[in-house]
Amino acid sequence: MAVTVLIPTTLRMFTGHKSELTLDGATIGEVIKSLSDEYPETKKVLFGGDGKLRDFVNVFVGENNIRDLNGYDTPVKDGDEVMLIPAIAGGSPVESVLGERLGDKLTNSEIKRYSRHLLLKEIGVKGQRRLKGAKVLIVGMGGLGTPLAQYLAAAGVGTLGLIDFDEVEESNLQRQVIHGSRDIGRPKVASAKDSIKQINPLVKVETYNERLTKDNALDLIGQYDIVADASDNYQTRYLVNDACVLLGKPDVFGAMYQFEGQAAVYYAKEGPCYRCMYPAPPPAGLVPSCAMGGVVGVLPGIIGTVQANEVIKLIVGGGEPLVGRLVLFDAWKMKWRQLNICKDPRCPICGEKPTITDLEEYDYEDFCGIKAKEEEEAEVEGIEPKELKRRLDAGEKITIIDVREPHERAIAKFPNAIIIPIGQLDRRQDELDPDADTVFVCKEGKRSILAVRTLLEAGYKGAAYNLKGGTNAWSRDVDSSFPQY
Amino acid sequence: MLEISEKLLGEIRLESEKAYPNECCGFIFGKMNGTDKSAVSVLPNENKSEQSEQYHRFVITANDMMSAELYARRKKLDIVGIYHSHPDCPAIPSEYDRSHALAVYSYIIVSCRNGKAAEYTNHILDPKTNYTKFIAEEIKTWQ
Repeated sequence: MAVTVLIPTTLRMFTGHKSELTLDGATIGEVIKSLSDEYPETKKVLFGGDGKLRDFVNVFVGENNIRDLNGYDTPVKDGDEVMLIPAIAGGSPVESVLGERLGDKLTNSEIKRYSRHLLLKEIGVKGQRRLKGAKVLIVGMGGLGTPLAQYLAAAGVGTLGLIDFDEVEESNLQRQVIHGSRDIGRPKVASAKDSIKQINPLVKVETYNERLTKDNALDLIGQYDIVADASDNYQTRYLVNDACVLLGKPDVFGAMYQFEGQAAVYYAKEGPCYRCMYPAPPPAGLVPSCAMGGVVGVLPGIIGTVQANEVIKLIVGGGEPLVGRLVLFDAWKMKWRQLNICKDPRCPICGEKPTITDLEEYDYEDFCGIKAKEEEEAEVEGIEPKELKRRLDAGEKITIIDVREPHERAIAKFPNAIIIPIGQLDRRQDELDPDADTVFVCKEGKRSILAVRTLLEAGYKGAAYNLKGGTNAWSRDVDSSFPQY
Repeated sequence: MLEISEKLLGEIRLESEKAYPNECCGFIFGKMNGTDKSAVSVLPNENKSEQSEQYHRFVITANDMMSAELYARRKKLDIVGIYHSHPDCPAIPSEYDRSHALAVYSYIIVSCRNGKAAEYTNHILDPKTNYTKFIAEEIKTWQ
């Protein structure tokens, strides 16, 4: 059968600028195949990875959509006209995520306080009242949460929700400047609330001293207009994203490690979500946390203020929100880069056929490889710091291998340890005595697990253990003169 | 480049005012000459997005698009572009516009403020970015 295929203007660049083609086939499926065989370029735009036509492309026979006929099996006869028709949509930029909602009229004292905002025509009284009426939830009250809470409070956001299960530790103070030395040991949300009240007593602060879980996420996020993700782990990032997509809220995202940071607004209503950008997390343990890899203290200040700025734009409306774009920052090189990110029609939560429709049924730990990692860790034999001390004191022959980085060993040397980096274990295993027990040492007892597994996989026959909890546990349980870091 | 008469632009502006506070949308028919386009007529189309979303969204269904394509062919014309309005918003393409846009078509956006048509812009997906970004497309008008 020879049918006429009418090509709309937008697709003609793939058909040699022809507006009509004569193609063979007994069914629509066969005609489409002839088209892609004859004009392979059309595949790029018309077909998805599964070889099927993309959902936004409609096929008509005469004036009937094949979806209302027999789909690809719809028969065609000589002289039929087949049309490929894309659907069209568009719309205005994001106004305020609050819609028409405004906070109460500004008092004279507020007019004074927010004067520099009111002088900006882009914000003005209307924008400031939107800020006053806005409710923002900050997930994580650490490095990124610090500038978010400080600047959003100062800007006059009416209600700030803070969720964090952690307490302030001494090692937080190098970057989490919302907490002070006297706050060590206090819940981070309580310490942050005190600081916020100092900055701006007009802000209402709600604190949640708990973990964000799939059981509380929808209920909690549902009470807010915007979520700022200032968390430090993949499980929470996917959970925040998913809850935001299901509730139609924007997720103002930030993340950082060592000297590099990134920020984006994942807002499925207007553009891509976090899962469009990162369909799956890296294997657990591959990307170390700041606690393991370190972070320059100023970096969260920079990334967190970028997030705060995006939150303010979403509330006030206007500007160019960081939707569909990812900003990358390298503090060591002092370089900013920007990537465009696209919505994935196959995204499991914001795509055309979502498979994640309920958080309850989704296993975030499994998705983020946490369960598998715990099982793997369980396979490696560990030794408690006190037990190691007892055996050393008893004069047992034990080889201790320190796998920490050189700059960590500069903080403190582990007594009587040999230095072998993990990467050299394979070829240097004959330096070890298989008749003596070998104990691997790192800061937290995680890299040492990797070391034990690496050695055993390399065929080592002796006994190898990991020092549980690393040098930090050694300091807590055995020798307090060894510094924790 | 898109050539279009002030008369047709006037029709688009009028449509934006009629639809206010919602978005209007419609087709621009004309002739293609390489990458140049000259508009011959415009045709308003009913905004098929949900009523509650029409203040910031427009949708042209595949059926409407099909009718427009057939109409154009009967007149020996092509669809050369799509127009829509941004009520009380600048005539800057939104991310939503960009992610739903199609190659080659001219996208005329008219800002409509307090019910009065204001500035307009014309954009096209940039072939140099593999049709992933909008760039301004030259527009030539005549009386």
